[in-house]
Amino acid sequence: MLETLTPVAAQGLFQYAWLMVAIPAAVAALLLILGKVTNSFGHWLATLAPIASCVFAVIYFVDLLSMSPDSRAVSLHLYTWIASGAWQIGVGILLDPLSILFALLITGVGSIIHIYSIGYMAHDPNRRRFFAYLNLFIAAMLILVLADNYLVLFIGWEGVGLASYLLIAFWQERPSAAAAGKKAFVMNRVGDLGLLLAAFTMLAMFSSTSFSAVDAGASKLSLGWATFIGFMLLLAACGKSAQVPLQAWLLDAMEGPTPVSALIHAATMVTAGVYLVVRSSAIFEQTPAAQLAVAIVGTVTLLVGAWIGCSKDDIKKVLAGSTMSQIGYMMLAAGIGPAGYAFAIFHLLTHGFFKANMFLGAGSVMHGTNDDVNMRHYGALAKAMPVTFVTFGIGYLAIIGFPFFSGFYSKDHIIEAAFHAQPALGILALIGAGVTAFYMTRLMIMTYFGAKRWEPKVHPHESPAVMWIPLVLLAIGSIAGGMVLNGWIGSWLSVVGADAGEHATWMPEFTWLGVVTLVVVALGVVISWLVFRKDVPKEAPAQVTVITTIGRNDLYGDAFNDTVIVRPAAFLSRAATAIDDVGIDPAYEGGGWLVSKLGDKVRHIQNGYVRTYGVTMALGVVLVGLALLISRLV
Amino acid sequence: MTPTSFTAPTLDYLLLVPFLIVLGVACLGVLVEAFVPRAPRFATQVALAVVGLAAAIGTTAWLWVDGKSGLIDPFSSTIVSGTVLVDPPVLAMWAILFGFGLISVIGFAERRLHSGATAFTPMAAAIPGSTAESGAREAGLVHSEVFPLALFSLAGMALLVSANDLLVLFVGLEILSLPLYVMSGLARHRRLVSQEAALKYFLLGAAASAIFLFGVAFLFGFAGSFSYDRVASAVTFTAGSDPLLLAGLGLVGVGMLFKIGAVPFHSWVPDVYQGAPTPVTSFMSVCTKIAAVGGLLRLFYVALGGMRWTWQPLLAGVAILTIVVGAIIAINQADVKRILAYSSIAHAGFILVPVVGAVTVGNMLVDGQAGSVASILFYLVAYGFATIGAFTVVTLVRSQGHEVTDLSAWAGVGRRHPVIGFAMLVFLLSLAGIPLTGGFVGKFAAFAAAWRGGYWWLALVAIAGSLIAVYIYIRVIQVMFFRAPESDSAEVDVALPGGATWIVLALCFVGTLGLGLAPGPVLDLLQSAAAFVIPSAG
Repeated sequence: MLETLTPVAAQGLFQYAWLMVAIPAAVAALLLILGKVTNSFGHWLATLAPIASCVFAVIYFVDLLSMSPDSRAVSLHLYTWIASGAWQIGVGILLDPLSILFALLITGVGSIIHIYSIGYMAHDPNRRRFFAYLNLFIAAMLILVLADNYLVLFIGWEGVGLASYLLIAFWQERPSAAAAGKKAFVMNRVGDLGLLLAAFTMLAMFSSTSFSAVDAGASKLSLGWATFIGFMLLLAACGKSAQVPLQAWLLDAMEGPTPVSALIHAATMVTAGVYLVVRSSAIFEQTPAAQLAVAIVGTVTLLVGAWIGCSKDDIKKVLAGSTMSQIGYMMLAAGIGPAGYAFAIFHLLTHGFFKANMFLGAGSVMHGTNDDVNMRHYGALAKAMPVTFVTFGIGYLAIIGFPFFSGFYSKDHIIEAAFHAQPALGILALIGAGVTAFYMTRLMIMTYFGAKRWEPKVHPHESPAVMWIPLVLLAIGSIAGGMVLNGWIGSWLSVVGADAGEHATWMPEFTWLGVVTLVVVALGVVISWLVFRKDVPKEAPAQVTVITTIGRNDLYGDAFNDTVIVRPAAFLSRAATAIDDVGIDPAYEGGGWLVSKLGDKVRHIQNGYVRTYGVTMALGVVLVGLALLISRLV
Repeated sequence: MTPTSFTAPTLDYLLLVPFLIVLGVACLGVLVEAFVPRAPRFATQVALAVVGLAAAIGTTAWLWVDGKSGLIDPFSSTIVSGTVLVDPPVLAMWAILFGFGLISVIGFAERRLHSGATAFTPMAAAIPGSTAESGAREAGLVHSEVFPLALFSLAGMALLVSANDLLVLFVGLEILSLPLYVMSGLARHRRLVSQEAALKYFLLGAAASAIFLFGVAFLFGFAGSFSYDRVASAVTFTAGSDPLLLAGLGLVGVGMLFKIGAVPFHSWVPDVYQGAPTPVTSFMSVCTKIAAVGGLLRLFYVALGGMRWTWQPLLAGVAILTIVVGAIIAINQADVKRILAYSSIAHAGFILVPVVGAVTVGNMLVDGQAGSVASILFYLVAYGFATIGAFTVVTLVRSQGHEVTDLSAWAGVGRRHPVIGFAMLVFLLSLAGIPLTGGFVGKFAAFAAAWRGGYWWLALVAIAGSLIAVYIYIRVIQVMFFRAPESDSAEVDVALPGGATWIVLALCFVGTLGLGLAPGPVLDLLQSAAAFVIPSAG
């Protein structure tokens, strides 16, 4: 589908598009290399970097807007990375309607979160390092979305993984943070395997990994290879976007500082999987099986995430569960096919605003309560922190899909599209919307209403302006994003493969499904209010239903990983060591008494292990001989 | 009994100049050791070795340029009656070998780390712990035999890769090995471990040589000749079904796989790498592997090319075993040198992957693509830079004048010394095969060559294995940068080396990054040197 646009070579201002990546990368390097010298001004410099990139992104966006719709793709070839014979792997930038939206989101929300972090990290001794990593992340994420081929995308993919690891484990003196960083890194490697295999297969099939070559050649792929590539891309997307079955790392990733959770683990990096699927639409068009798998993974994750969100008391983990769930919606939309791509990206953008908004709001709450994350210790914060309350409330209305807030537009579209494509998925998505309303209402009630359950010596107070101004900016985005984008995004993305359907406006069309969705959401809110308006105990009750227990344990994602991957791998490693150290001995004792006698004789004059090595070699020779014999017989 | 007629081999000295220079300088080094007074001796040896290797690289390049332009015609001629061959791949391997030899020799010259002495024992003949030893140490004696020894070994490697005859191959193998046995035992500190390593290496190496020679005998029995050409034509003639041929192939293969360090012939690697003086370890982990792979390539592609369908599955199995065993055991090691040793085993497996692919100029290689030979050479160069660099950093991390190789003692080292730490980071990332380093491009080219050769499943297994192997290096990086030092290891520090080591580090750093950022020219150059010349049997 993407081949409908043939990129034109960059001219004029577009030739400087690489600066978008280079500026944050250079600042990150500067802060890390110069070290303490930059302690006093490093965070200001680091905040200017994404703002500068954002200015570039806005200029390019306006330029693209002014072009005719069928020529809105600009490629900038930077240099040829591997050029040998038939391989031509270049490093280049592709600016098209899809990538520019991501660039805007990353630099826009990124800038706001940088500003917020100035206040949030004011007292941290390693603030400079934190900002350096944030800039590193911005640079890597921009490489990911601006790349014009899968190998360069992979560099960005690894880069955001590295930045994510560094930032989750930023408070490395906490063992839990260090472990969480490691977990995220390892689980992401599983996804990376998928992306690498997909890229290698593409290289074998198309002799190139550039998007244009893959799009052009995809229709000639055999069904088997297309399905293989599709599933490998899905594996990659699952790892990065915390989709079932690679979801477990995201909840632990909340160990990182809250701005990190907002930027990386809500608004941008975790949505990279959705980007990958939409970007690879040409491949998925060829393989209904992989497409259906994407939709199923999305649906399962949206329910799993919502379930986890219902049962957590840690405010950040509720939000993390909700992030998984909302990305599930995006994956579902991306799995529907051309009818869903625009909605997936639409929801991704609105979610970027309202989820970053709520995460930063949660950070503001924690800031006012001595970094307590347990909602059972909150209550009645609406009065103590009015700005945080109002902005968070806007995010809340947006996520549950309250009419005319941003989530209302984007999520309704997905549910509707799902009903058209596959009614069963549509019903599940509808149930998910109700559950979302339920747990988000629970969060609001437990945090901002009810009785004060504050810990002693905690005096909640509003955060400084440098923190609440970003909240206000994001809240504006959470209100207006849906209305502004609704009538426009479909046609904007139509040239890159999305099937927009008929023209939409800010005023939603009346449909029965829309009404039903509203009713389900209202039901969720009301039930939640009925359940949680009572007094909330300060300690989490031990006697709970099975459903809550399962949810509290993240649906046993860790246990699953432990049994299926960690323990066998650890066992394999130990076993191999044992075999190398001592396991050869039994073979040698049973195998050759002659060598054993010789070995005993020479034990006194030399180290005994040599003979073991010798026997290993001898056994190797026997093995080689056997293998050759067998190859003859076969 | 005297032969009734003896035809003296025609020696084309011009083509052998690089090899003769290295051999000649090595002999000269022995004389220097005997006749030059003590004070200027060390400097003389260093200068001699460096100039000699530089001259060898220069003449190799000159042969290459003139050969390409047709001024001299080395690329189709066999010399020394067909037992030695100088063709483009040989020139490429010579250049690579002498280049890394030069870097290693510069590393040997480091004296500042050991307060004026070298990394080598002051008196190799003294019993460890004896008064003779301590006396030699106090007198500040320095052994400089290591330079001629290294050059002898390099001469053997050069002969090994240019052999076109099974006996010459064996002679090269032995010239390569004997000096290395001695060099492994020369460590200044922990001499018992070092001598034990040397003895183990010698014993196992002797066993491997015996196996190899046994195989040579079988092949001779099969073909009636030691010449690769005759063996190749005999293979074609008999359709490869002779038991003598099978036995010979297996045993000769084992001999070469031992030198490469492939599983299950790897057991010597960890012990020897750990015990040998670290500069020697880095020399042998790189140069020996290059030479052995070079010898294996010509042997299997030219002499036994007709047996491809037999040895490809065999080597594929060995490759998988080597990757898996190397990578998995490395994860549990607690000693940095042992970790690098197992990593070197895993890399031996990765190198075997494109060998199995066997996409060569004469065999289904589409014009312009990088084939097996070129990608193997590229991989070896990338591996060489990163490995020498990593081992050089190992020589710098010290406590009370001794190297500290315990991984837990390395906690926070990278953070306290950002420059050295960053260099090590780049080397480890390259070994791990992370993009923008030479290691990534090397793996990419290597696995692609296997894929093109029809061994796509082997390439997939190798990709999965390389992802496991990443963990080895990440673990070291994690300790170096993200773990706070334990209180009792506070004395562990990075010693500031002298100029020689800085040169080595800089060369390896630039090489590693350069190959990652702009691999094109090197790949092209190696591809243009990738065609083995197969002289007509005569």
